[in-house]
Amino acid sequence: MTLALFLEQLLNGLQFGVMLFLMAAGLTLIFGVMGLINLAHGSLYMVGAFACAVVAAWTGSFWLGLVASMAAAAAAGAIIELAVIRRLYARDHLDQVLATFALILIMSEGTRWLFGSVPLYLDIPPLLQGTVPLPGGSRYQLYRLAIIGVGVAVAVGLYLLISKTRLGMRIRAGENDREMIAALGVDVATLYTLVFALGAALAGLAGAMVGAIQSVQVGMGEPVLILAFVVIVIGGIGSIRGALIGAVLVGVTDTMGRFLLPQMLTLFLPPSQAALIGGAVASMLIYLLMAVVLAVRPRGLFPAQA
Amino acid sequence: MMTRETAFNIVIALLLLAAPIAANYAGETFYVTLATRIAILSLAAVGLNIALGLGGLVSFGHAAFFGVGGYAAGILASHAFAGTPLIFGLPGTQQMPVIWIVAVLFGGFAAFLIGLITLRTAGVYFIMITLAFAQMIFYFAISWPAYGGEDGLPIYVRNQFPGLNTLNPLSYFLLCYALLGLALLLFRLLADSRFGAALQATRQNDVRVASVGIPPYRVRLIAFTISGMFTALAGALFADLNRFVSPSMLSWQMSGELIVLIILGGVGRLFGPVVGAALYVLLEFWLGGITERWQFFLGLILLGVVLFARGGVIGLVAGRARHG
Repeated sequence: MTLALFLEQLLNGLQFGVMLFLMAAGLTLIFGVMGLINLAHGSLYMVGAFACAVVAAWTGSFWLGLVASMAAAAAAGAIIELAVIRRLYARDHLDQVLATFALILIMSEGTRWLFGSVPLYLDIPPLLQGTVPLPGGSRYQLYRLAIIGVGVAVAVGLYLLISKTRLGMRIRAGENDREMIAALGVDVATLYTLVFALGAALAGLAGAMVGAIQSVQVGMGEPVLILAFVVIVIGGIGSIRGALIGAVLVGVTDTMGRFLLPQMLTLFLPPSQAALIGGAVASMLIYLLMAVVLAVRPRGLFPAQA
Repeated sequence: MMTRETAFNIVIALLLLAAPIAANYAGETFYVTLATRIAILSLAAVGLNIALGLGGLVSFGHAAFFGVGGYAAGILASHAFAGTPLIFGLPGTQQMPVIWIVAVLFGGFAAFLIGLITLRTAGVYFIMITLAFAQMIFYFAISWPAYGGEDGLPIYVRNQFPGLNTLNPLSYFLLCYALLGLALLLFRLLADSRFGAALQATRQNDVRVASVGIPPYRVRLIAFTISGMFTALAGALFADLNRFVSPSMLSWQMSGELIVLIILGGVGRLFGPVVGAALYVLLEFWLGGITERWQFFLGLILLGVVLFARGGVIGLVAGRARHG
């Protein structure tokens, strides 16, 4: 194992983590402010990827596609919020789970209806197609580095938005006491729609960026959604800082586990068995991580103020 | 005096029995298989109804126990079929009673272990963590190639039950129906027992239960374990119905479906799972016959039920539950 390979895997883990953060940030924001568990967040990720692929194919510009992905996901999020989600705030989690499960069925099948079952392909934009050198002599895909950069920028942007702006102040106030800010004249219904659309736009952005590395297809959102759940459970539901740290932890643990565990096991086991057991254990590693975190801190690493 | 709900339940139970018998004598064995599917999914959901309906524990990971039961049947049968020893020189088996016991024990054990960790949390954490544990087992099943991995594990000949030809669709249906009946009876006894009272009390008020000296965590853990046992038994039956076990039995969609069945029928109601399963399977079959896009319309119907028909179908027919 060389340093370069190790570094490359570490960066892959970081890129994966950053992508999870974009998903988890929206989920945790929506839960923190509205108390809503949204299974359909993965569908918004899918909407973003499809919008980007379609617009990029149509106009030839990935960048327009990226804008379209955020706009489409935000619009889809706002429509869903207005039509369905706002009826669910006062309900228990069970109803929320079922209603958003139904939304997944509708959106997945609806997308398949519009675009068919064949995956769409999305190319990495020419500007980001090259590689950059890594210490140790190997090279790393520029596009993946760009994803990490976008993730960091979003994290900083969200921090500024929430701690420095008027909207952010209202979001924080909404987390603490929704009756009080409603009484003070803030239009809570509009605030909720905005927060939901913001979370949706982040999910759409994640979907579009990942769509250029993987294929764009129906059902792409749900595996990511479940990982994002693991992330926010580890980080503490409602905490954006927790989502960031949880996402990086999960991304790096998963990627490095798949890379290192089979190699480490070859010290004790014949190679074929080491690959087998290592692979099986690595696929469970983040869930074990979550179990350990919960055993120590049942409300996650950074529990949001109740 | 018989309540409307009891009368409705009796009608449903008789319908579920009479329809496949009639279909069998009309030569339409496909409908017998459909009814068997309803009975098995009902049984799985009766299990979940213990945790979810009585205990208020929204488990989004019951597919784990369903799959454990299914794999118990598949693994035992494959060793018996191949004549290879299972573990410690013990052989596999094709006898359903033995398979069921193994499935129930392993399902209970898995539920106990998962419950041990997940029940430390509550609310939305509990939903997500049960989901995550089920995913963990799902990925393990996919990446572990000894029993088929991603491709699943076929059961070449349906397992046997002493004195019964299980290959006959009606016989197998009656077997599943009998087990469902037994499970409903046990659910009723459990709900009316002292333990059931304590369990329902933990759903309503944790602190009060603790203050009269009953530890809520222990009550929930026992209930969750029993719940997993029922669902695992259904998993073993489901494997034999399809003669195939695959990781899809462990998938999160399966967990979601089980929740859907209960909500469609009515949460915490004795026959909620049965009505829900019947409705779900028939809707799937009916919509699937009309349009390729049946999932889209199923989603719309589900959404309609959540938003406008609280209390499920039994709630619509029999009025509100005695207590919310």
